[in-house]
Amino acid sequence: MLRLSRISKHFPGVKALDGVDLELRAGRVTALIGENGAGKSTLVKILTGIYRPDGGEILVEGQPVRFDAPEDAQAARITAIHQETVLFDELSVAENIYLGHTPRTRLGLVNWAAVQARAAALLFGLDAPIRPRTLLKNLSIAQRHLVAIARALSVDSTVVIMDEPTAALSHKEVEDLFRILARLKASGKAILFISHKFEELHRIADDYVVFRDGRTVGSGTMAEASHDNLVRLMVGRSVDQVFPKVPAPIGAPVLEVRGYSHPTEFDDISFTLRRGEILGVYGLVGAGRSELCQSLFGITRPSAGTVAVEGRPVRIRSARDAVAAGIVYVPEERGRHGAVLAMPIFENVTLGSLGTVSRRGFLKTAEEFRLARHYAERFDLRAASLSQPVGTLSGGNQQKVVIGKWLATNPKVIMLDEPTKGIDVGSKSAVHAFMSELAGQGLAVLMVSSELPEILGMADRVLVMREGRMAGLYEREGLTAETLVQAATGNTGVRH
Amino acid sequence: MPGFDLRAALRHRELLLAAAIAVLLGAIAARFPGFVAPANLFGVFNDSAILIVMALGQAAVILTRSIDLSVAANVALTGMVVALLDAHHPGLPLALLIGVALLQGLGLGAINGWFVWKVGIPPIVVTLGTLTIYRGLAFVLSGGAWINSFQFSQSFLALPRAVVLGLPVLSWIAVAVVAVMAVVFGRSPVGRAWYAVGGNPTAAVYAGIDAGRARFLAFCLSGLLSGLCGYLWVSRYAVAYVDVASGFELDVIAACVIGGVSIAGGIGTVWGTLLGALFLGIIKNALPVIAVSPFAQMAISGAVIIAAVTLNTRAERKAGRIILRPVAGLPGRADRAPARATP
Repeated sequence: MLRLSRISKHFPGVKALDGVDLELRAGRVTALIGENGAGKSTLVKILTGIYRPDGGEILVEGQPVRFDAPEDAQAARITAIHQETVLFDELSVAENIYLGHTPRTRLGLVNWAAVQARAAALLFGLDAPIRPRTLLKNLSIAQRHLVAIARALSVDSTVVIMDEPTAALSHKEVEDLFRILARLKASGKAILFISHKFEELHRIADDYVVFRDGRTVGSGTMAEASHDNLVRLMVGRSVDQVFPKVPAPIGAPVLEVRGYSHPTEFDDISFTLRRGEILGVYGLVGAGRSELCQSLFGITRPSAGTVAVEGRPVRIRSARDAVAAGIVYVPEERGRHGAVLAMPIFENVTLGSLGTVSRRGFLKTAEEFRLARHYAERFDLRAASLSQPVGTLSGGNQQKVVIGKWLATNPKVIMLDEPTKGIDVGSKSAVHAFMSELAGQGLAVLMVSSELPEILGMADRVLVMREGRMAGLYEREGLTAETLVQAATGNTGVRH
Repeated sequence: MPGFDLRAALRHRELLLAAAIAVLLGAIAARFPGFVAPANLFGVFNDSAILIVMALGQAAVILTRSIDLSVAANVALTGMVVALLDAHHPGLPLALLIGVALLQGLGLGAINGWFVWKVGIPPIVVTLGTLTIYRGLAFVLSGGAWINSFQFSQSFLALPRAVVLGLPVLSWIAVAVVAVMAVVFGRSPVGRAWYAVGGNPTAAVYAGIDAGRARFLAFCLSGLLSGLCGYLWVSRYAVAYVDVASGFELDVIAACVIGGVSIAGGIGTVWGTLLGALFLGIIKNALPVIAVSPFAQMAISGAVIIAAVTLNTRAERKAGRIILRPVAGLPGRADRAPARATP
């Protein structure tokens, strides 16, 4: 029904997809499995016409097609239901279902009667007790998923892509979703199902495809795949990158977190971070890792738990408090959270330490430049001038500016969120070397990462989070990728 | 992008504006040479003084991605209060009245800032509300009555007109405010915080900057300067009534926009704002001189604003493109930009 052959997609410095093959057949559910960053989302975006592949072919019913825009994919009767449903809160359910392909009257006006009637029929077909006139904002997440599915059905698509549809659903809602999936399957649709939950996949999928680093590394029928086998395919790469991990003397506890909880994002997290230690935090996307960092940094408020820095309990209510307590955070999205792109490099570097570059309440430009030059030299920052806006720098160099900003505040604990995401390989090892150096100088480093080699290569200990909870705390010695993936996906009970 | 400097481009934009002012003056001089006589130009500067002062306060607010629509109402209310005080208690020292104007202006600005900071209401809504409230209060206090020149004390009216070193005090006040603001915008932590909050609010918060407080302080400054202008306005025109400075907030915002302060926040300078205010001041002074009807004057002022904004948006869009290209290290973003260009 739909076949992809040798599809490639490059981003500057990153090969997101490197000649992958995939076949979807009518009436079958194909599971797409892979680590974060394996290329699954890129593939979905290619299938829905958001990205254009650099190479390879898409064949629909044997005919090669080109998707230049999302409309083309829709015309080829491919729909995707995204992780976070992209729907309109202020519109009614029926409007959401038919937006973009609204039935018209002979005069070209919206045929509201048809919209309401057809939406009602679709929802009835899904056993969804949702009234078409309800505004979307009044629905639960599970109900929104149903609306998204109804929308997919309303265009009479033959290929339905579901990107982690169960991530936000309760057990019962997952069961409902599976019933609908079975029905879609029976009606002859080809379904691509992306999930990390192997137990689900064993129940629902007929075939599987495993991606790793943008390549297809395995495929077959689900019934013949063992859980261990799939995990090995997912992570099974030799850790061939050399990590400049220098063993640093591990000293006294710096950051002690006990029973730390958030109303919705994470629950009962406890760990101790010591001087000179790198603590890796591993987990799937949505496991609550970044949310934990944000809360420790005062961006969101915890609901319970205590934090102590060097043995003294601290209350962190804002980023300011965190910086004052010696905790800094280099966020994942540098552009959005890290740097003020229109501001010059030197102003970005001193943004976290305006107090120290001021004399009697006035900023000393000379002092600002001195500080900025110090970090620019230390990190080998590639810039024509320190007055250059950060937005004109490459991703790796922006990262250096953001890290420089934090080191300028003399922190005790530095939290790095996906520090090498979207950075070219050369800059990656520079960031790793630099992390080792920081740890060597007695800083406590907390590193959130989805990259197993990075975690295994750099961390002294690894905290694994799963669905907001601690799934394990492992010592570096003898730690394997399989152990971490098992803990992160929660598949300890092996199913065959 | 080695060698490219956004600040340099902005400075370039200020040069452009200065050139536009020169061209404008040249065109006016062609029809009315007297307009460019030094004495008249100083007069135009004096006429623009209040606009300059208020535009600088507004620029601080706009830098933080906010807007203050209540500035002219602040002028009316503060002007009315000091006028009533002076008219009914002629013995009060002028310094005290100016102190009252500053404090009251600050207070009115702080009310705006507080609602934006602590209640979280969008600035345009807050100041749209207080704009009506402040002007309404001016009516309540005066009962709709005018306070005319003969009711004011001599010193109250004399100060802005007093000539020191060849310039009226009013002009000197504008010069002083420009100088102080140049330091506040460029050399103070709070000024830096305004740029950061407007340029990237999330990053500012992540840098430990209290975005709400920075906004609050911008509104306080805008209020303070409006309060000062409340006294200056009433004293200069020697009359106080409810509709004083009616609609002037639009001139103030226009001066900022013409001067290159980005309505989207994070971009703008004191010098640009000064030039923007002067440009608008010259147009307002010159058009009557060359006998353009008041209605055509309004249309011309409006056209100038749109022309300026068009130029600024294009400049910003260019800067945006330059920013997007090297972010190529982040997948997705770099990919989508060219995709949009080819439909």
